[in-house]
Amino acid sequence: MTAAARHPAPAWPESWGEEAEPRVGFFTDTSVCIGCKACEVACKEWNGVPDESDGLSGNSYDNSLDLGANRWRHVAFVEQRVEVGGVGSSAPDSWVEEASRQQLVEQGLPIHDGADGFRWLMSSDVCKHCTEAGCLDACPTGSIFRTEHGTVVVQEDICNGCGYCVTACPFGVLDRRSDDGRVWKCTLCYDRLQDDMEPACAQACPTDSIQFGELEVLRRRAADRVEHLHERGVASARLYGADDDDGVGGFGAFFLLLDEPETYGLPPDPVVPTRHLPEAFAAAAAASAALLAGVAAAFIGRSAR
Amino acid sequence: MAECHPVGFQWVMEAKERGAKIIHVDPRFTRTSAVADLHVPLRAGTDIAFLGGIVNYILTNGREFREYVKHYTNAATIVSGEFADTEDLGGLFSGWDPESNSYDIETWQYAGMDVFASGGKREEGAIFGESAHGSQGGKLEHGNPPEMDMDLEHPRCVFQLLKRHFSRYTPEKVEEICGVPKATFLEVAESLCSNSGRERTSAFCYAVGWTQHTVGVQYIRTAAIIQLLLGNIGRPGGGIMALRGHASIQGSTDIPTLYNILPGYIPMPHPHAHQTLDDFLEMNSAETGFWGHMDAYTISLLKAWWGETATADNDWCFDYLPRINGSHSAYQSALDMLDGDLEGYFLLGENPAVGSSNSRLHRLGLANLDWLVVRDLQEIESAAFWREGPEIESGELVTSEIGTEVFFLPAASHVEKDGSFTNTQRLLQWHHKAVEPPGDCRSELWFMYHLGKRIRAKLAGSTEQRDRSILDLTWDYPTEGAHGDPSAEAVLREINGVDLAEDSALSGYTELKNDGSTACGCWIYSGCYADEVNQTARRKPGSEQTWVAPEWAWAWPMNRRIIYNRASADLDGKPWSERKRYVWWDADAGKWTGEDVPDFVADMAPDYVPDEDAEAEQALRGDEPFVMQADGRGWLFVPSGLTDGPFPTHYEPHESPFLNGLYEQQANPGREQFARPENAYNPSADSRDGDPGVFPFVVTSYRLTEHHTAGAMSRTVPHLSELQPEMFCEVSPELAAERGLEHNGWATIVTSRAAIEARVLVTERIKPLAVQGRTVHQVGLPYHWGFRGLSKGDAANDLFSIALDPNVHIQEAKAASCDVVPGRRPRGADLPAFVASYRDRAGSKESP
Repeated sequence: MTAAARHPAPAWPESWGEEAEPRVGFFTDTSVCIGCKACEVACKEWNGVPDESDGLSGNSYDNSLDLGANRWRHVAFVEQRVEVGGVGSSAPDSWVEEASRQQLVEQGLPIHDGADGFRWLMSSDVCKHCTEAGCLDACPTGSIFRTEHGTVVVQEDICNGCGYCVTACPFGVLDRRSDDGRVWKCTLCYDRLQDDMEPACAQACPTDSIQFGELEVLRRRAADRVEHLHERGVASARLYGADDDDGVGGFGAFFLLLDEPETYGLPPDPVVPTRHLPEAFAAAAAASAALLAGVAAAFIGRSAR
Repeated sequence: MAECHPVGFQWVMEAKERGAKIIHVDPRFTRTSAVADLHVPLRAGTDIAFLGGIVNYILTNGREFREYVKHYTNAATIVSGEFADTEDLGGLFSGWDPESNSYDIETWQYAGMDVFASGGKREEGAIFGESAHGSQGGKLEHGNPPEMDMDLEHPRCVFQLLKRHFSRYTPEKVEEICGVPKATFLEVAESLCSNSGRERTSAFCYAVGWTQHTVGVQYIRTAAIIQLLLGNIGRPGGGIMALRGHASIQGSTDIPTLYNILPGYIPMPHPHAHQTLDDFLEMNSAETGFWGHMDAYTISLLKAWWGETATADNDWCFDYLPRINGSHSAYQSALDMLDGDLEGYFLLGENPAVGSSNSRLHRLGLANLDWLVVRDLQEIESAAFWREGPEIESGELVTSEIGTEVFFLPAASHVEKDGSFTNTQRLLQWHHKAVEPPGDCRSELWFMYHLGKRIRAKLAGSTEQRDRSILDLTWDYPTEGAHGDPSAEAVLREINGVDLAEDSALSGYTELKNDGSTACGCWIYSGCYADEVNQTARRKPGSEQTWVAPEWAWAWPMNRRIIYNRASADLDGKPWSERKRYVWWDADAGKWTGEDVPDFVADMAPDYVPDEDAEAEQALRGDEPFVMQADGRGWLFVPSGLTDGPFPTHYEPHESPFLNGLYEQQANPGREQFARPENAYNPSADSRDGDPGVFPFVVTSYRLTEHHTAGAMSRTVPHLSELQPEMFCEVSPELAAERGLEHNGWATIVTSRAAIEARVLVTERIKPLAVQGRTVHQVGLPYHWGFRGLSKGDAANDLFSIALDPNVHIQEAKAASCDVVPGRRPRGADLPAFVASYRDRAGSKESP
């Protein structure tokens, strides 16, 4: 089933007619991310996003932890041991316990022998601007719309804070601000796009880990990049969200990752909830029919008595 | 570099994408390590042992770039027979005087020279100690050292001395001292060698992890030796990049905020040695190389400052310059405050109450002043110590008893004023005022100019001779805007220099004269306003010009992007390789040409040999690229300019849990020490009186990407503070287990100066190392936090001592010893008592 088939109204780009622009998005190449968080800061400065801190998280250098109403870019830090070197292939709950358990202190330092397979992954997460956007489907007020650039934007002056979009997002991106109840998320700097400027995060990124551009161009570049990395021996490089056949019809903001999406806190197989609407309707119809039959039977039974 | 210089690091990432191998040597695993090809953790404070190992690897295996080394360095020069190496004297060089705690460098001279016999003592001398910045190059007759052996075989030639000096820096010693496995070390050494030579070049980048040591200058020297041996200086892709701590720290040494040099690395005169300008020039200039024109540079500077008053008859007002008679460094000043020898102090853009080693001592010093002026963007800790400092809480200071009158003056930020930044590439980049500064905020330029005007108004009519230096200053910049801001471009033009008769901007320092007909505020910057155009404001995109991008901003000197670039060509002036061609001799045109502005006399042929009576740059040969040195060669051996040795030598940090594994001499003998109760020292491994075991761990300090230096510009910004909201320490799982530190809990870190608390990050990014047969744990501390701002915490610098490098008086904040215990530190009067108990137990050194 295509998006158009579900929606009687014309979908993007037909919805914009002659005003439609090529679809744009982000290609976030985490293989060159240095975790500087300039994207987080630039995003907040440009968009006036308030600060929000719960203090030191203890989760590596990540103190912002997740995307939300007050965080539209978020850099994940993953300290990871990728091959068995003594501590184990996955991070233990407590390094202290692990070190004690293996008597590392008493035994000296057998595990640290130069290239010991330790690595520190960094990745800047953002709203995916899905091809099939659950938030947009769920929004009853028309606050969320698809722009002429194919991006998904919340209009905060229309949003009534119902929160339907929050549960409709398979990535947990949509979030209500606790003080005003409305939903805020990445606009892909819709205002900057009007003036032919790239989004603030992409402009601030010093290593071009965040690349902005026409989605088709970015997809081609990303495919080349993966091939290049494979040739260089980085076998774990893979794209995430660059496939039109995935559960959200492909991301407008997709990623090159160096490990499974779960490692970065990303869902491995996101599916837009509205995909299940036909089955849901069918099930609901069957259920209501059964219910009605039951109710009828009850009445019939009572009247028969 | 990714951690502290993420914007500059984009070029490293680009190099990596083009095939460069990135090696990161650092005690901790940082954001740089995360993307490097190889991370090499080593014990903090052992880099000379590591780099010395590379020198030894090069020489033992014959991996030097022989032709380059032979002709472009002083490898062939024969050194005085009086010279004795650390090999002979247990870790000391000849000339050590235990009485004065300093070297007499006479025995370090080239053979056959008698240069410094009349040069006087250290503080009075020409290119010793205080004046060492310029490395003016010493004096040589006609550029050539008297004795050389071009086969590099004479036992006293620099090459053989170097080989002998570093022969004990074996891979095994590197492993034992640094905690770097032999195989890892060899991978680094071989990678460097195989990526250097005719066809390839390698670059070093460093920051204060190298400089902030009691032997910091020699860290950089060791890297310089490696780069000279491998032929990586003056060539594209080579060099040693000093990554600066602020946007214009390079600028602040070029046009110094330092007490011991004048603009353009001209030394400050001393009281006795430099009676007249002639004496001063005689003592400091070189007969050969471009320092041979020091008279023109100095007289033009005096003309810029004192204008028409400066004449040949009054020695161009040379007597107006202040004289220095010893160290007046920031640390000496803090000690002077403590001793009541300093009444008032200006702090401009500096926050010693957080950012300087032993910050508690600085707070105590500030509390002992009569007055203090602080200019900053925020009311920083150094302005608020008298009411909010930790010593108030501990009862060591009482607000009502502090006599210091503090004047806080809000400063304009860089977007609120015009000006320039000079970066590590010597690139001057102009920035324009984007918005007016709010409220009472003013630029530094405004403040200095108007302060000067007010002082001059108060002195007007004075008949005192001492006031002439201020009243005769050229102090007449055009002003603009509502607040009378002096024109920054007018200042830049003054720095550039003018032909006084024509009132026209000079095009470069070669136009400077010694007859008073030119004025120039900083000779090396001459040309930045050539053709009456602000060359530093140029912004031509890289895509619209050559790959060297000469039209992006302006680089000193003469818009040259790589200095000593004559070294990119061989003796005959041909590029060493096509792949690395940069500057070469065009025989048909009879001049040097290439991708960059040649760093050589434009028409001096490669086969040029100077006449007997040639002077300055004309006294160097056509195949001697290092034109600022008197012998035109890169110095593997430094006969003058350094106080602590002509070769780098591994010394342990001032506070170290380990004995020096290479020499009997434990630490840099010339390091500056100030043992006193406020600056007590932890006993080191060689201590006879104290117990070094009380401080068994190595502690180092560093920055995080999210914060800037002492925090005034980041801990006050919500969007930065939320990203690193609290002070923390980084420890290995092993140390955490050993000391019972709980992840995300609290730890107290203790030295003889202080105890601070920090949240605990247990991470595998910090690795225990095997050193001298035992395990050493290192504790990592970001130094950004202080007691004010949106994000507060104890200051890491409270822990570090004032023990300084003898060349540049920089503190050792990158390696010390400490103890770590779980939990928060004591409060109130219990805190100083807690620290005192450690001092008692360890037998810390509290007096000289």
